[in-house]
Amino acid sequence: MVNQVETAISSSKRRSGLRKYSRLGGSLFSVLTTLFLLVLLTFVIGRLMPVDPVIAVVGPDADQATYLKVKQELGLDLPVMQQFWIFLKNLLHGDFGTTLLTGRPVMEDIARVLPATVELATVTIILGAGIGIPLGVYAAVNRGRFADHAVRLIALLGHSTPIFWIGMVGLMLFYAKLGWVGGSGRLDLFYEDVVPGVTGFLLIDSLLAGDMDVFWSAVTHIILPASVLAYASIAYISRITRSFMLEQLSQEYVITARAKGVSRRGVIWLHAFKNIRVQLVTVVALSYGGMLEGAVLIETVFGWPGFGQYLTNALVIGDMNVVVACTLIIGCVFIALNVISDLLYKFFDPRIK
Amino acid sequence: MSTASKGLTAWLTTEEPSSARHAALQNIWRVWMRFASNPLGIAGLAIILLLVFIAVFVPWLAPYSPFDQNLRETLVAPNAQHLLGTDELGRDILSRILWGSRITLSIVAIVSVIVAPIGLIVGCLAGYYGGWLDTILMRVTELFLSFPSLILALAFVAALGPNLNNAIIAIALTQWPPIARLARAESLSLRNRDHISAVRLMGASSLHIVIAHIAPLCIPSVIVRITLNMAGIILTAAGLGFLGLGAQPPSPEWGAMVSTGRRFMLDSWWVGTMPGLSILFVSLAFNLVGDALRDALDPRQE
Repeated sequence: MVNQVETAISSSKRRSGLRKYSRLGGSLFSVLTTLFLLVLLTFVIGRLMPVDPVIAVVGPDADQATYLKVKQELGLDLPVMQQFWIFLKNLLHGDFGTTLLTGRPVMEDIARVLPATVELATVTIILGAGIGIPLGVYAAVNRGRFADHAVRLIALLGHSTPIFWIGMVGLMLFYAKLGWVGGSGRLDLFYEDVVPGVTGFLLIDSLLAGDMDVFWSAVTHIILPASVLAYASIAYISRITRSFMLEQLSQEYVITARAKGVSRRGVIWLHAFKNIRVQLVTVVALSYGGMLEGAVLIETVFGWPGFGQYLTNALVIGDMNVVVACTLIIGCVFIALNVISDLLYKFFDPRIK
Repeated sequence: MSTASKGLTAWLTTEEPSSARHAALQNIWRVWMRFASNPLGIAGLAIILLLVFIAVFVPWLAPYSPFDQNLRETLVAPNAQHLLGTDELGRDILSRILWGSRITLSIVAIVSVIVAPIGLIVGCLAGYYGGWLDTILMRVTELFLSFPSLILALAFVAALGPNLNNAIIAIALTQWPPIARLARAESLSLRNRDHISAVRLMGASSLHIVIAHIAPLCIPSVIVRITLNMAGIILTAAGLGFLGLGAQPPSPEWGAMVSTGRRFMLDSWWVGTMPGLSILFVSLAFNLVGDALRDALDPRQE
């Protein structure tokens, strides 16, 4: 009898473990299909070009023999399915082809420019979450009062402002007029290549080298683009924080805690805020990815030598290898962030355990 | 007049609607009354109506031609003749901004007209048929949704070639997925309703049910969703213009004008600042209207 119960328990345990794995397998499968569709989409984008890529290489006056030869070299004479297969195989080897202008492998270029963007995005998200979350909590606590409307207006303006324009106005005001911040680029020209690039993040590299002048130059250069980018994420994060908080503050446990004599501040931060942390992690992770979108515009304005500027330059000259690679990477970043925020959710939320 | 309007108000607020159309009009009236009680929403609506007015009557409103160059008066600061100054070719910036309203509004209008039916059809088919069709359509929708819209639009424009038409196509390609997802959710909740079952029992084909009975019921929420997206459409279009991938010079597109202004920003601040301000105002107006509309349609919130 006891044995039977034990078997039943263990088999039910095994079954629930199995279910967990099959669920994990299911989400792995769905991530893989999304990745495959992403590759397919970027492949299609790469082949959409109305201009014949062969002519782009050999010029319109080339004779038939050269044309066919180049077509063969580019692999464009093969059936589309086979082209896609080669594209896929190269991807799996980390080979995105070479750039049109310099002939360097796209992958190397991207590895070189990525740290600049990651540094910018990281400073931005620290500003964005550090300001946006308290603003949202403040608005929720003061719901319907002046502070709430003020935060709402700040957020609405953040959603409505063309980011490239506010960056330009910021440069005019704080760099050209007031001279408070640095201009284009990541450093003053004088300091370029002074510190050895260990991590690629100038703020860290300069500290490692112990060169405070370079560090300060890097700070004055990153602060404006990061603030401008942060404004957009403050708008988003504060609105979401507000609605999460409102949901919590309307729950009965808040009233109970207050009745028990917990202070107002204690209820807000120790009870209500504690319950929305997990949701906020997801939101912050996703807006970290959204930074890439703003980076394309803001890096152009600030001459920031990062991923966004690299992509923009490629767009203007129609360098499709680079465009395809960048689009693919951004897509992968977003899929990865989705997966990570899912996992974080599972990790932090006690109910899911 | 006053008795007539009183009669109309009474007709719109009576407790016993006399027909389905009467009830529908009453419903619209109730939403409008809630919308009208939101001053920010009304302000946004006023700006949009002003923009439409400008776009229609711009040939009579603009003081100068948007294209006529005057090389003796380049980069003139705002003054009585040129209220917002002139650009590097001596063109009047105010006139260019006014003409630019036509471009902005047509982008918004065309994208909405393309996107609504696509999203509606994809969403309703996925929601009504379910099964593998649903899985495929929603996977594709999610893929598009997972991209930041500007990046995807950029990639498409780069592939298709930079001009205004391709920018519109590219923006439309990035805007249909949220609508499809919304329409799917709506049709999922509709497909087991009694009146749909009744039509099915009468022998209607599935396609007929989707087109004639499900899709029309999804239209109101689709319209609201599109209104909410309009500010995003404007900003994406302006971003494309700014990067030189949207409308091409000499077209007075606002984003492209900001891009020009960037070259002269150190000496002539007005060239880039003014068109940027108009982008800000218009997208703010659309955001205000969208917000107010959402509140008006969802009375549970308050």
